[in-house]
Amino acid sequence: MKRSLFQHRLLPWVLLAPQLAITLVFFLWPAAQAIRQSFLREDAFGLSTTFVGLHNYSELWRSAEYLNSLKVTAVFAISTTVLAMGVALVLAACVDRLVRSQRAYTTLLVWPYAVAPAVAGILWWFIFNPTVGVLPHVLDRLGYDWNHLLNSRDAMILVVLAGAWSRISYCFLFFLAGLQSIPQSLTEAAAIDGAGPFKRFWSITLPLLSPTTFFLMVVNIVYAMFESFGVIHATTSGGPAQSTNILVYKVWYDGFIGQNLGSSAAQSVILMLIVTALTVVQFRYIERRVAY
Amino acid sequence: MAGISLDKVGKVYSGNTRAVAGVDLDVQDGEFIVLVGPSGCGKSTLLRMVAGLETVSEGTIRIGDRIVNDMEPADRDIAMVFQNYALYPHMSVFDNLAYGLRNRGTPKAEIVRRVQEGARMLGLEPYLQRRPRALSGGQRQRVAMGRAIVREPAAFLFDEPLSNLDAKLRASMRLEIRLLQRRLGTTALYVTHDQVEAMTLADRLVVLNGGRVEQIGTPLQVYRNPASTFVAGFMGAPPMNLLPAAALPGLGPAATIIGFRPEDAVIDPAGEITLDVLAVEELGAQRLIHGRINGEPATLVFPAETEIGESLRLSIPASALRRFDPATGRAIPG
Repeated sequence: MKRSLFQHRLLPWVLLAPQLAITLVFFLWPAAQAIRQSFLREDAFGLSTTFVGLHNYSELWRSAEYLNSLKVTAVFAISTTVLAMGVALVLAACVDRLVRSQRAYTTLLVWPYAVAPAVAGILWWFIFNPTVGVLPHVLDRLGYDWNHLLNSRDAMILVVLAGAWSRISYCFLFFLAGLQSIPQSLTEAAAIDGAGPFKRFWSITLPLLSPTTFFLMVVNIVYAMFESFGVIHATTSGGPAQSTNILVYKVWYDGFIGQNLGSSAAQSVILMLIVTALTVVQFRYIERRVAY
Repeated sequence: MAGISLDKVGKVYSGNTRAVAGVDLDVQDGEFIVLVGPSGCGKSTLLRMVAGLETVSEGTIRIGDRIVNDMEPADRDIAMVFQNYALYPHMSVFDNLAYGLRNRGTPKAEIVRRVQEGARMLGLEPYLQRRPRALSGGQRQRVAMGRAIVREPAAFLFDEPLSNLDAKLRASMRLEIRLLQRRLGTTALYVTHDQVEAMTLADRLVVLNGGRVEQIGTPLQVYRNPASTFVAGFMGAPPMNLLPAAALPGLGPAATIIGFRPEDAVIDPAGEITLDVLAVEELGAQRLIHGRINGEPATLVFPAETEIGESLRLSIPASALRRFDPATGRAIPG
């Protein structure tokens, strides 16, 4: 081997140090803290801590609020993913057919990805605001009384729209790349083989996109579950009546607003387990069908 | 089964780029026609227009007695073999062959029968359950052929189907395609840039250059009597020697181009032509002599045992000489 390159024993460690330090300080240490914290109970003034074992966890399973949050998270994650991917696929299929204007459309469609989630959240907040928003005004004309501050279903629709919006750009890019990697002659062969446009899309294009689709599905679900804090915080703050209080928001709320550190820590440990499980599924599955 | 006829067919892309101009061609039922020419000559565009993958800008295309200009590819009753085979990677070989039949609502038993028969013809039976990626290049090529055969179309369209194979396989597949087409009696339109493939496969050749037809004829007609200097220089390996008449005094009127095939020159101590030998290439059965006649480059082919010196005295039989107009490049008859 090329040992001579690394005669200094310390050099590799020095080179690795920045990355290791970041992982250690910002991931491993907080994670360890969270696990430790999840077995403890602190009094309201932070003066005493008691070891309570799995009490924080068992409390969660008895808490209707937490179970509701699980359900809300599932609804939110699945709706956001389906909406973002569905719209992105349609847009990508449209753009893929263009010849000269392709670049312009691609650029425009990718823009929303550059908007910070909190900014996007505020945008949606303004558009949907029951008092001053444009959309409730229009919906009111159509006879629909939009109020996401009172109506849980309206609130869920709002956060799903806001959450999906910026993800559409991301999915669009992947779908477009996936579509462009399918040789044109395949579609042509299918056309000669008597398959109409929809049949071709269904029986040739979609199956060939399936690795991309699966990848996006996992990434989007993980994203919706863990990184949509900004969207929720800027629009509904989890309300009304817990109807948009997804897990990651509840972790923050219980910990930093409610000051129930033990429970919050237990919740974040469960979140960590879920993300780990999803990642494992992703790699197992994708490795098996990365190419045909 | 049907013939194909093209009447003044042309293709103009937006931006006024002309790819094909005024092509007239009558393909008889069961005939094997090869479109040949250098890259960019419009041969693939022409084929794709017949297939319905490109719109027809000018003229009419008939398959059988139907005008197909505005018909969908699926309705033209043709099958196409693509250069990259275009096999559906997510389907088994069986499904690849059956896809076109299923789309047309062929009864299940009939599909199985036709696919089995096609697979038997091409020796694909052991591979029916495999995916294309588990096949070799030659096997994939056969699957692409099989997909065309099972459809039992009025015409086969081939777009450089052998150019992704190695030389040995190409030669054997070439023969196989020819035999298969003879046996099925299906009209075939075949595009290639390889003039050997063109010569060996075709009933008739269509030589294209710059979107126009240079010559249509049987391989031997085209080889013996090229209609232009372009055809003379394109067909044959090595191609026809083309020399200004000034370099070959007494063989033709001045201000013409004289052409002769490399194998037509005869070593003749009394000959009037002198070739200064520059290089000799051994081909085994033959020797390729590169040299100059009065300063003009020429290539000759002689049997392997021929003695080659510094220079050769040659004569060329009058029957082997062809004359071309230097201004237009067209052959001068007689």
